[in-house]
Amino acid sequence: MKTPIYLDNNATTRMDPRVLEAMLPYFTEHFGNAASRNHAFGWAAEEAVDYAREQIAHLIGADAREIIFTSGATESDNLAIKGVADMYARKGDHIITVTTEHKAVLDTCRALEKQGKRVTYLEVDDDGLINLQELEAALTPQTILVTVMLANNETGVIQPMKEISALTHKAGALLFSDATQAVGKIPVNVEEYGIDLMAFSGHKMYGPKGVGALYVRRKNPRVKVTAQMDGGGHERGMRSGTLNVPGIVGLGKAAELARLEMAGEIARLRKLRDKLETELMKVEETKLNGHPEHRLPHVSNISFKHVEGEGLMMGIKDLAVSSGSACTSASLEPSYVLKAMHINDDAAHSSIRFGLGRFTTEEEIDYAIRHVKEAVGKLREMSPIWEMYQEGVDLNTVVWASH
Amino acid sequence: MAYSNKVIDHYSNPRNVGTLDKAAQNVGTGLVGAPECGDVMRLQIEVDETTNIIKDAKFKTFGCGSAIASSSLATEWLKGKSIDEALAIDNMDIVEELSLPPVKIHCSVLAEDAIRAAINDYRVKQGLEPIAAEKSH
Ligand SMILES: Cc1ncc(COP(=O)(O)O)c(C=O)c1O
Ligand code: FES
Repeated sequence: MKTPIYLDNNATTRMDPRVLEAMLPYFTEHFGNAASRNHAFGWAAEEAVDYAREQIAHLIGADAREIIFTSGATESDNLAIKGVADMYARKGDHIITVTTEHKAVLDTCRALEKQGKRVTYLEVDDDGLINLQELEAALTPQTILVTVMLANNETGVIQPMKEISALTHKAGALLFSDATQAVGKIPVNVEEYGIDLMAFSGHKMYGPKGVGALYVRRKNPRVKVTAQMDGGGHERGMRSGTLNVPGIVGLGKAAELARLEMAGEIARLRKLRDKLETELMKVEETKLNGHPEHRLPHVSNISFKHVEGEGLMMGIKDLAVSSGSACTSASLEPSYVLKAMHINDDAAHSSIRFGLGRFTTEEEIDYAIRHVKEAVGKLREMSPIWEMYQEGVDLNTVVWASH
Repeated sequence: MAYSNKVIDHYSNPRNVGTLDKAAQNVGTGLVGAPECGDVMRLQIEVDETTNIIKDAKFKTFGCGSAIASSSLATEWLKGKSIDEALAIDNMDIVEELSLPPVKIHCSVLAEDAIRAAINDYRVKQGLEPIAAEKSH
């Protein structure tokens, strides 16, 4: 077993070697431009792209013509939200989103607000779920788009998409979902969920970085988005730019592998995740962040109270994980996702997200359990706060230095 | 962020972690927090009342690696020093010894504040005036 152990699969995943193998010929031998209609180089590229489109459509229960290739989920999020806002501007100017969305969605909504669109930010409960009554109340005849992520990147919390879809459609709006953390990991079917537009990304599903897709529904209803880049009119006019053929081939292969191996992987990862979670939750004063059931099977977000986040990260240096603590990001604020779930700053700072993946082994999980328990135990032994907590002393007796 | 080897050493093998009897007449306790980050440090000294020499020092810190290392180092330095010598410890000495980067200077300030708070607690127990902070950071 090699350290550090990679348990940050929500940030990105290792590319499957079978994906790399599928991609390689498209860098060299089959380097053609998929838009070149006059020769064999172009045809080979186009054929590969068409095949990938089928593989991807198959994974999400869509038609191949409903897949628009992009550079990743950030671009797909932008294209979906801005593209709908532009295309349906005559119908309305109101968008509904959620406070725990990814920045690619939230900042896009903020940008639209600056242009005069109206945005409602739905709050979530302590478990990270939205309230359907609040959604229903927020929908107006001017609402053109509801954007709710399928699974959250920090907690893995899964929103009730079918119910959200029913309410959204009843009000005559479209439903967009950033499904970056869900596609390829759990069954996602756009028909079953009633999703009109959906974003996902290659590098989160054992495919390459720099390639993603936007699903855009073609019937019931036929959805269109206004292109956000001007150019050659590729991808049915919705996204210009020469197609990233090797990347697309990789995304296609990744989608196929995910579809074929999903059932087994879900069962295997759930077992490992549950083992990790059960063991770590035995540690005193821990808290599971996110709804215990409505959650991805390979993610666990746990707060270890009375230990400091940065010290904890240093203590578990053999694990590559993410923390809700400010020290892992540029700002001093702890995770806005955890904050939106009413988790206090201290618990947010000492939270760790464990993201398991296709290459995670049981040996690694056993090591991670020991390593985290040891680090938490050691830091608490060293912590005056922990001692005070155990003695029932009021933490307000601390004198805050005034530099 | 990359930590210096000395920080890593103190973090991995902290010296003098523990608790002294804070009710004892010859024990001074300083408990201070850094408002920047919410980190909290407790430093305790046990003083020989006849010689004014610090016989023992213990710490507990809730904080980042640099704060843990600063307090661990501080306890090492305090042992065997007189109260006056201890008062002369400057946070920049700690910064230098541990090669702390600029964003981690406040962690060493916390240690200096904890030393002063512990000494003042001891002085007050001995019926002396607390020493006012002579500089502001
Ligand atoms: C939910 C979600 N949306 C969007 C993104 C951005 O994806 P990409 O890196 O493909 O732009 C991520 C990944 O960080 C994500 O987790
Ligand atoms: S970051 Fe605050 S004491 Fe180190």
